Amino acid sequence: MLRGLLKLTWVEIKIFFREPLGAIGTVVTPVLVFILFGWLGTHIVPERSLAAGPGLRIDVPVFAAVLIAINAVLSLVAIMAIYREGGILKRLRATPLRPQTILTAHVLVKLILTAATLTLALMAGKRYYPVGADVPLVGFGFALLISTWSILSIGFLISSIVPTARFAQPIGAVILYPMLVLSGLFFPLDGLPPALRALTRALPFTYSVSLLRGIWHGDSWAMHVGDVAALAIVFVICTALSAKVFRWE
Amino acid sequence: MDDVSFDVYDGEIFGLIGPNGAGKTTTMECVEGLRTPDHGRISVLDLDPFRDTYKLQDRIGVQLQEAQLQKRIKVKEAVHLWASLYNKKTSEGDRLLEQLGLADKRNSWFMTLSGGQKQRLFIVLALINDPEVVFLDELTTGLDPQSRRAIWELVRGIRERGKTVFLTTHLMEEAERLCDRVAIIEHGRIIDMDTPERLIRRYCPERTVVLAAADPTAEARFRSMPGVEEVAAHDGLITIRGSGEHLVTEVIQCLSENRIHVTDFRTILPNLEDVFLKVTGHSIRD
Repeated sequence: MLRGLLKLTWVEIKIFFREPLGAIGTVVTPVLVFILFGWLGTHIVPERSLAAGPGLRIDVPVFAAVLIAINAVLSLVAIMAIYREGGILKRLRATPLRPQTILTAHVLVKLILTAATLTLALMAGKRYYPVGADVPLVGFGFALLISTWSILSIGFLISSIVPTARFAQPIGAVILYPMLVLSGLFFPLDGLPPALRALTRALPFTYSVSLLRGIWHGDSWAMHVGDVAALAIVFVICTALSAKVFRWE
Repeated sequence: MDDVSFDVYDGEIFGLIGPNGAGKTTTMECVEGLRTPDHGRISVLDLDPFRDTYKLQDRIGVQLQEAQLQKRIKVKEAVHLWASLYNKKTSEGDRLLEQLGLADKRNSWFMTLSGGQKQRLFIVLALINDPEVVFLDELTTGLDPQSRRAIWELVRGIRERGKTVFLTTHLMEEAERLCDRVAIIEHGRIIDMDTPERLIRRYCPERTVVLAAADPTAEARFRSMPGVEEVAAHDGLITIRGSGEHLVTEVIQCLSENRIHVTDFRTILPNLEDVFLKVTGHSIRD
């Protein structure tokens, strides 16, 4: 079945790039946003760190990485909904292909695109974010893949439940973006009231941001075992849930 | 579904016929392993469609009603992808595309194909693994008469290659021309099952002869014939209704014995549509 998986993954990648809007939204936009932030950082804000005000802090590379992940997830949710509505999932299912294989192919496509987008962003943004020897790029890429993998499983859960393709993307956005706000990317979570802080601990983005930021700034992986574990738990729970509620048509 | 039970024999074209919503697709999807029935037993090629779904999928070919592919997948990509999903190594893809008149569409996106071309592509995909049983669900719905006939020819070709075909249709003409045996299904129940000819003979033994004759005595002569139930004259046309296979012969004999001059003569034979009307009490289009 590996032959089928690879073939399906490859076909889906080709199809993805034949849809100009999807490709622009998923790959080009994050790269442009990344460059724009960098340009703003060097030309408008002197410190280059985009510390726009007290309490607001953004690590642009981390922000871009999370944005890439969210884009990947939203696009997965939309594709799944469209495929279900159009009967494409059902047609694929009426072959010896296993459901897991179909889903894995789509996850692989998104992971590959995520990695490619990140590489592009870093290459394009070299001027503004000089990546020195102190930034473990491979490690950061790996952290992003783990984060995306985990957040993709939330996407699966969403796409398992949303009734139609029209709702898929908005619902995905409504669920994902508030999580991003509370992820600790924009302001420190320590200052939040206890109830909100407890909530942030239940949200996967909190761990992705902590992991990504840590690795970017040179932390060792050992310091982030907790983050990785949390992301793994999110993955396991969401995958198990979506396996239960997934609808093929 | 209510107590549906039937056998499909090796090498035949078997049709499940009935109006939309009768349960044709539901039944077929249970047999294909795409849907789990609440109770009952199904065996296909000695496999259980639920326990051995993937083993079964590997040996059958499926065409689903209203299925789609990825909009921007190329015809040849779909064929290669499908060919890679089955255990049986096959290089049939190009030959099938050729045979179904899609060879010049190899590089076209799925979304650019016409309805008939999409349907033919789905037949290619259903045949790509050289399946032992082929399932075709409402194969020609939405196609123009010409494509419909071309596809009927293809389906007969599948049978000639020794495959078994299980199809559903709500087109009685399609069932009559294509199927070796049909099961009439309505409201989730199978009403009867046999060859189209036998079903027609069983439920609609009546024959109708329509002829044009100027002879004023003709009408009375037909009326006195055995087996004739009704004679009506209208606009110079005489319609004779009766039952039994001998009616037509007897009318011809009567014409010849009495030297009745006839300027037009045709027989109207009942078809599956009439059978359906008879057994369900309403037309399939209602």
